[in-house]
Amino acid sequence: MLAYIIRRVLYAVPILIGVNLITFSLFFVVNKPDDMAYMHLGQKHVQQEDIDKWKQARGYDKPLFYNREPTEGNAFTDTVFFTKSVSLFAFEFGNADDGRNITQDISQRMWPSLAIAIPVFVISLALNITFALIIAFFRASYVDYMGVVICVILMSVSSLFYIIGGQFLISKLLHLVPISGYSADIETATKFLILPIIIGIVGGIGAGTRWYRTIFLEEINKDYVRTARAKGLSERLVLFKHVLKNALVPILTGVVAVIPLLFMGSLILESFFGIPGLGSYTIDAIRSQDFAIVRAMVFLGSVLYIIGLILTDISYTVVDPRIRLGGRQ
Amino acid sequence: MNRTLIPNLFLFGFILIIVVLVSTMEEVLQIKFVPLWTDILIYVLLVVVLLFTIQARHKEHLRAPWRHVVQRPLAMSALVVLAFYVVIGLLDSVHFRQALQAQEGQTETQHSGEVVSLFDVLVTPIRVRHEKSYSAPFAAYLFSKETIETPEGQVRDYPRLLYGGHHLKNPAQDRMPNLVMGVFLSFVFTVLILLAVSAVVIWIVARRHKTSFADSMNAVTSGNSRVPLRAMLLTFAVICFFVVIGVMFADKYHILGTDKVGNDVLYLSLKSIRTGLVIGTLTTLIMLPFAVMLGIMAGHYRGWIDDVIQYIYTTLNSIPGVLLIAAAILSLQVYMANNPEMFDTVTERADLRLLFLCIILGITSWTGLCRLLRGETFKISQLDYIEAATAFGTGHTKTMVRHILPNVMHIVLIAVVLDFSGLVLAEAVLSYVGVGVDPITISWGNMINSARLEMARDPIVWWSLAAAFVFMFTLVLAANLFSDAVRDAFDPRITRSK
Repeated sequence: MLAYIIRRVLYAVPILIGVNLITFSLFFVVNKPDDMAYMHLGQKHVQQEDIDKWKQARGYDKPLFYNREPTEGNAFTDTVFFTKSVSLFAFEFGNADDGRNITQDISQRMWPSLAIAIPVFVISLALNITFALIIAFFRASYVDYMGVVICVILMSVSSLFYIIGGQFLISKLLHLVPISGYSADIETATKFLILPIIIGIVGGIGAGTRWYRTIFLEEINKDYVRTARAKGLSERLVLFKHVLKNALVPILTGVVAVIPLLFMGSLILESFFGIPGLGSYTIDAIRSQDFAIVRAMVFLGSVLYIIGLILTDISYTVVDPRIRLGGRQ
Repeated sequence: MNRTLIPNLFLFGFILIIVVLVSTMEEVLQIKFVPLWTDILIYVLLVVVLLFTIQARHKEHLRAPWRHVVQRPLAMSALVVLAFYVVIGLLDSVHFRQALQAQEGQTETQHSGEVVSLFDVLVTPIRVRHEKSYSAPFAAYLFSKETIETPEGQVRDYPRLLYGGHHLKNPAQDRMPNLVMGVFLSFVFTVLILLAVSAVVIWIVARRHKTSFADSMNAVTSGNSRVPLRAMLLTFAVICFFVVIGVMFADKYHILGTDKVGNDVLYLSLKSIRTGLVIGTLTTLIMLPFAVMLGIMAGHYRGWIDDVIQYIYTTLNSIPGVLLIAAAILSLQVYMANNPEMFDTVTERADLRLLFLCIILGITSWTGLCRLLRGETFKISQLDYIEAATAFGTGHTKTMVRHILPNVMHIVLIAVVLDFSGLVLAEAVLSYVGVGVDPITISWGNMINSARLEMARDPIVWWSLAAAFVFMFTLVLAANLFSDAVRDAFDPRITRSK
């Protein structure tokens, strides 16, 4: 088991190097640091000195991949690519355009993100599975048919509509909770957070319920279910005990992988509700074209994704004793 | 030989007809075609789909699943709605520049700098009539008060609109009767059109099945025809009703109101259709060759080729989609800002950005399909007939193209139809984040993005948002319902109760 995990972690290294290479080429090769400097300082009346200063402040003043006249280290290490990559792997993301430290910002902003993401994740998981089980219980009846149609309708509504409509209905017409905002104080924060959490859950209910329904229906057609029924077990027992347990493996595939990504927050939810999490951080960075932040978030996202993959594999062994990792039979 | 000759001839003839048609139309109508990249690709896609349809008609194993799709009323109603959107999208994908009024002593025709589409020309009334600012649907007055000069001096009141309700003498009295009359007339027209179309359809059915007209009519009206014609005709009637209302009122009112700068919201909503369709279809068209080729190669060759391909898609997959798109679009923005000389018109620049968005969306979304195909190819290559092919000395390429590809096509088809609606929805979110289509491209995302603060106004301006959401919802719902039917028919894992 340990050997397997170590192997997977080592396998993650080339992937992260690949990610780094892709983002680096997107940000530094397509547009030379000079172009970025022009973009930020404005097109007109820019002196070469300003550009040099801008580049130096960010450490962009070295050659990209190969330095013919290295001042320190050798031709490959004294380059933008090498220095920037090394600091990424050390989780030192440097400074944003407004001079703030990105690593510090991220560590502060991940808490509001989690305060939304975790309740949304847990509650919608429970709700979706419950609904799916109910629909599966009444399969091939009108309940099933209507349930699927409602799911498809819910899926077809834009997530922006849920947010804008929810804000309008709950906050503006009914005045139940404030429209947007955040506070560090827990009691006030609950008031601010409850609406985004509800909207996050409602927005995912259609797709989620339908997805779990497919999984359950696939399980229901298997032989062990027929055996259980032949044994004389009640339909409820078959569904909730046998099918639910066996469906855990496909459910885990989708669920565990996203847990680490909860840190990243929800982009549009946070932005609409003015919650200072990582999602709104990313959107603000994209809008103000702050490349350093976007690069850091891309890297962070990839790391979390890979952690999710490893966690998925480990969780398989927990729910399904037939699966053994690392061992070669 | 015959099998490849006919499609080739068809294609050749098609191109020839297009070339002749384009040159004569440029002569006669004095216009200059401006083929945008996305236009060309859309029509290429159309031709490919038509060729596939012609091919599939003669193959029983391809026709059988489609027959299941065709029998589902919900799916066929959705198809009628989709067809309506597609027609508008196709009309909106023929761009040209119109000739300017000839000056005296001028021999050569000058062309206007504005690029318009065939659809623009058809809906000229709602395209060119701008109001000053917001106005509600079917309004005769502006939405906010202004200072108006009257013979008695200055008054603060709601000014009349320049175009909306212009024909009314006294809007307060005449507007309602005028509207009711119009809706009633539209209803009558719709019923007439429905009757005429139904008669033609029933006549065709009767001829095909060699039954009497009355028998076919019975079958259709009771919902017993093999193709659910009743559902399709009713859907057609609903669409028809809206179109007739549109035609009836378009030159008298702003049916869905106007936005902040006075543009007709109906026009914006209809123009957004093309953007949505382009993103939904071209993205898949662009990603498909890579996903299919790499997926099948990984499953077929295995070994180090499999490792490399797996590495590529795991790497791409591990970057969160929105962030990769954001990163790519941001670099593109900088690149375009620094190289303005590459684009002749703003339309062309916006179009290239749209195409690039499709490409980058394709890059983020091909990995799922690639993995599915790899797994399926794995399974297939262990079957006896592949072994037999290898034993006969069939080469790798031929095995993959002739023996594996046709047997994984159902996965490709399901992926394509399932992806469509997600992509249309993604456009809105990306435009909100600021990494979607160009700000000058008319799209539902841009409409929502520019209108989202209007909900905070008092009284609220709801029509822009509502129009964008309703148009988008209709397209996505129709696509979802249709793709559900396609998946049910083609997915061998789903056991049909038949």
